[in-house]
Amino acid sequence: MKKILRSSEFFVALVVMVLCIIIGLINPVFFSWENLFDLLRSGVVTGILALGCLIVIVSGGTDVSFATIAIFAVYLASKILIAWQFDGTVLVAFLLSAAIGTVLGLFNGALIAWFRLPTMIVTLGTSSIFRGAMLVFIGTFIINKLPQGILAFGQATLAQVSNANGAVIGLPVSVVIFFGAAVLVWLMMKYTMLGRGIYALGGDRVAAERAGLNVIGIQLFIYGLVGFLAGISGVVHASLVRNVNPFDLIGTEMNVIAAVVLGGARITGGRGTVFGTILGVMLVVIMNNSLILLGIPSYWQRAAIGVLILLGTGITAWQSKRESAANLLES
Amino acid sequence: MFDKLPSITSFISRDRNIGRLLGVALFILIILSILNPGLFLTVSNFKSMAYQLPEFGLLAMAIMIALLTGGIDLSAVGIANLSGVLAALTMIRFIPQGAAGWQITLVIGAAVALGLVIGAICGAINGFLIGRIGIPAILATLGTMQLFTGISIIITKGYAVLGLPDAFLYFGNGTIGIFPVPLLIFIVIAVLFALLLNKTALGQELFLMGTNPTAAKFTGLDNFRLTLKTYMVSGLLSGLAGLMIIARTNSAKADYGASYTLQAIVVAVMGGVDPAGGAGTVIGLVLAMISLQFLSSGFNMLRVGGSFSNYFRELVWGVVLILVMVINYLDAKKRARTPQESGTDAKAQMPDTAAGAGSAQK
Amino acid sequence: MPDQILNVDNLSKSFAGVRALQGVNLTMERGEIRCLVGENGCGKSTLIKVIAGVVQPDEGTVTLNGRQYRQIRPIDAIREGIQVIYQDFSLFPNLTVAENIAFNYNLARKKQLVNWRDINRIAREAIAKIGVDLDLGAYVEDLPVADKQIIAICRAISQSARLVIMDEPTTALTEKEVRALFNVIKTLQREGIAILFVSHKLNEVLEISEKITIMRNGRNVTDGNTAGFDRASLVKHMTGREINETNAAIVPQAGNGSVPLLQAENLSCRGRFADVSFSLAAGEIIGITGLLGSGRTELALSLFGIRPADAGTISIEGRPAEIRSVQDAVRHGIGYVPEDRLIEGLFLERSIGSNIVAGTLRRLTRRGLINRTAVGAQIRQWTENLHINTPSPELPVKSLSGGNQQRVVLAKWLAINPKILIMNGPTVGVDVGSKAEIHQIIRDLARQGIGVIIISDDLPELLQNCCRILVMRKGRVLEELPTEGLSEADLTHRLSATTPAPASGTPAHSGQRKQVRPS
Repeated sequence: MKKILRSSEFFVALVVMVLCIIIGLINPVFFSWENLFDLLRSGVVTGILALGCLIVIVSGGTDVSFATIAIFAVYLASKILIAWQFDGTVLVAFLLSAAIGTVLGLFNGALIAWFRLPTMIVTLGTSSIFRGAMLVFIGTFIINKLPQGILAFGQATLAQVSNANGAVIGLPVSVVIFFGAAVLVWLMMKYTMLGRGIYALGGDRVAAERAGLNVIGIQLFIYGLVGFLAGISGVVHASLVRNVNPFDLIGTEMNVIAAVVLGGARITGGRGTVFGTILGVMLVVIMNNSLILLGIPSYWQRAAIGVLILLGTGITAWQSKRESAANLLES
Repeated sequence: MFDKLPSITSFISRDRNIGRLLGVALFILIILSILNPGLFLTVSNFKSMAYQLPEFGLLAMAIMIALLTGGIDLSAVGIANLSGVLAALTMIRFIPQGAAGWQITLVIGAAVALGLVIGAICGAINGFLIGRIGIPAILATLGTMQLFTGISIIITKGYAVLGLPDAFLYFGNGTIGIFPVPLLIFIVIAVLFALLLNKTALGQELFLMGTNPTAAKFTGLDNFRLTLKTYMVSGLLSGLAGLMIIARTNSAKADYGASYTLQAIVVAVMGGVDPAGGAGTVIGLVLAMISLQFLSSGFNMLRVGGSFSNYFRELVWGVVLILVMVINYLDAKKRARTPQESGTDAKAQMPDTAAGAGSAQK
Repeated sequence: MPDQILNVDNLSKSFAGVRALQGVNLTMERGEIRCLVGENGCGKSTLIKVIAGVVQPDEGTVTLNGRQYRQIRPIDAIREGIQVIYQDFSLFPNLTVAENIAFNYNLARKKQLVNWRDINRIAREAIAKIGVDLDLGAYVEDLPVADKQIIAICRAISQSARLVIMDEPTTALTEKEVRALFNVIKTLQREGIAILFVSHKLNEVLEISEKITIMRNGRNVTDGNTAGFDRASLVKHMTGREINETNAAIVPQAGNGSVPLLQAENLSCRGRFADVSFSLAAGEIIGITGLLGSGRTELALSLFGIRPADAGTISIEGRPAEIRSVQDAVRHGIGYVPEDRLIEGLFLERSIGSNIVAGTLRRLTRRGLINRTAVGAQIRQWTENLHINTPSPELPVKSLSGGNQQRVVLAKWLAINPKILIMNGPTVGVDVGSKAEIHQIIRDLARQGIGVIIISDDLPELLQNCCRILVMRKGRVLEELPTEGLSEADLTHRLSATTPAPASGTPAHSGQRKQVRPS
């Protein structure tokens, strides 16, 4: 029990609750169904990306290319579907986009696993390659006429609520995808040797190799999975905004990484949970969306996110510094 | 480094990387000259490169010094823009109509000083977060990037600040003889920077800390102060870059140069800076910059559908970065196999794999 | 399953041109308890890593259970039943005790799904076998070193291994725990498991093993039944010379003045050591020893300012000294040659010269810029004085052998002209010749008036060089023993004692680990 109280996840949960209460007190609209659905809708794409990001961070790496992979995958997939004049189920769009994303992710994985290159800089480079390739070879125009399947998916709702103006706000079905993905990732991380291997790798890479883990295989899997999730989140994004704009999503990496780190994952690897990541995503989404509710103009947003990242990572870093000083070199 | 002054040839052959870079720069120069003789080898082309290179070069140096110590500064562009915005606003706000020459000079001086001070303060914030609080450099500078850019946005509300005094614009567009002023400024700063790194105790201690911060601590080096100074220098250089940007473009924007960060990292890594810290030369950086600047101009000439060249350039930067790192890796692997000292003593502790145990992933 | 579990044939391995192994042979049969003996740097660790599949040999073959391998991966070795307890434990700090112990179990069985109840059961059984009580849910990174060593042992025995290799498994264990480990080894032997036990503690070697293999400089020297060896012959084979282990310690005049060079009073650092008092006179060499986890390194780190003490005082030459940072320590003339020279002492990629002047750069400047002639002079001075064997000081320091590297670290500290030199494990990983030379250098330093503190678990080293030895246990100084007339056997015994010889002083606390009688 003590361990739960001391865990970072508990701390974040506390912060989220306090934040909600404060914002709610200032502007009770925060607690309306309409706002809740809005928050969930905003959080879905970030959330799916954050799951992939979590896995990478737990393994000790940092990936900054997932947003680019997401938009690349859905853009290419949409172009293909339009060329085929495919109007069927959205499942095909998901599969296609996920496949493209996986391939791009494996490209990252290969560079990282075989050439042992520093992950952040490598993914900075590949992000550039993917973006450049997309804009040069695939196109730069916004696709407004989405394949029917994607459109329909985006409009499907789990529940609906009407607000004061009579407009109907729906809870998009994609939320199910997010929670489904979260459950699957959680199961994988906690109950399979693959998942435990990811934690081991993030804890001590040398020990992982000595223990007989297939480090290269694990890394390929991780980055492939990140690509897969990115592909899926791309389709979800397109369905929600009802177009595919190749300039979307890029730049949101910060938000996602912030969410994962605020949720208690250690940037150096080895620690982090799905539950924590969900909390972190909630925190970031609430911050992003509530500025308006609080009457703060939108151009304060970037600075606010910056402060949030610094506060969150600062507190975690300060805590772990004090802990590690306590555990210094024992002989 | 402690030898007598080396001759040019021994210098080049001593660092194979520099020799290679020189070769690459010349190669690109020749190819582009052949492909586009009329456009490339013109004075005007070199001139336009010479005006844009300096601001980028300063940012690259800012990021380089952070990389040298094993960190990174992703907020350099944000600091540059903030400095530029504040300096620009100072000049516009405090130069009344028909002001006397000396008044204008005074305000410009104050604005420049302000820009530099802001750069140093932002850098100090970075240094404090990384050195004292212990936030990993990636996260800290990711956060401060948002913060500094965000502050610029709040101040400018997203609009560009225009209308700077002519006297100031001289620094971005004027010439002394045939040399563009910004280029001269850059050369002076680059020389001072190289001097700092190679010939001062501070510079050498930075390299030591970047190579092994634990050993640095155990040797008595003050890691916190070194980190603070590193990021302050980085911030100062970024601030100066920001001033040069507004001097050249006559406008200050909160989000100028978003792609500069990646380019600066490419240039640094290509120039021989070890992303894990501990190695790098200014000459290498400059040669890499020149090579990429040639490439960049070359792309400008491939005008297909307007902005095509921009995206293509981004693609190429990414490829160059990855290629350089892969080549460095293969190179290091090959060198690990060659014998270094003759002797039959076996070492007590050996790395398990070629790249060495404990190689940190960033 | 064949009786011969392991057959290493003509194994050779070099790292960057330095020969670690040369034509090494080794065999292990079912139920055999063999000790691998040799000085630091003889190639033991490399041999183990080859057998475990972590390092690939350049020449030679390794045959496991009758299957010959040219290239082994760690997972192959594990599946063939090879379990290794590494000197650095190789645990996962971010995982729990239970998960660490059960990790290899799941991997070896190619299990894909994780059953947490099984993990806890496996872990419980393993620690019961050793006879200790640990919190299975604790994270390994939060635990003290001694617990980590036990967890590493538990992990190795928690599954049906055929060969368990133990690399210096007793460095943190008390005599009682060593006894428990030996019982476990005997139990394993009865189950037909072979044990390869690597240790430099010769009494343990003679007690537990049935066969001994001795290595030196990467080669086999000899091997045979334990009955045919005694301490002297072991030492002779290990070092290649007759070393009289009862060398009279050179006792320098204990202090010329009444004011001691360094005086520590009641130094305490919460959670690490408490109530430590001792004094050091100019020209004296004293030793500090104790088991791994006794607080000896923490004490050094406090004296050096890395982790300042919470309470107590330090006086230098009679005046109180505030040591809250390394800069403070250096200012007071204290130098520290660290335990782990590769990580704490050297800048491996930098040149030898660069390493030597690393601590004195600020003093070698003229008008803000580095004075190259002064630097060059200093480098030359120290490479000559300490006989650092290298064709050029421009070469990276990682190209040097262990002995030469240690001299570079020493040079770095001597360059600042320290008054007090603390040396932690000064000859670990250093070849025999360099070891003697380094001891000579230390004695010369003492003769020049420098006060030296040697922290080591190499008891002969302490007995030969120090005039007094402080024995630490669980963070307290148990006793201070003059070396005159002290034998190694005595000293070993004192290390594991819980009370000082004349029953005075506070008994050390028993710590968190409860001793359960082994079943």
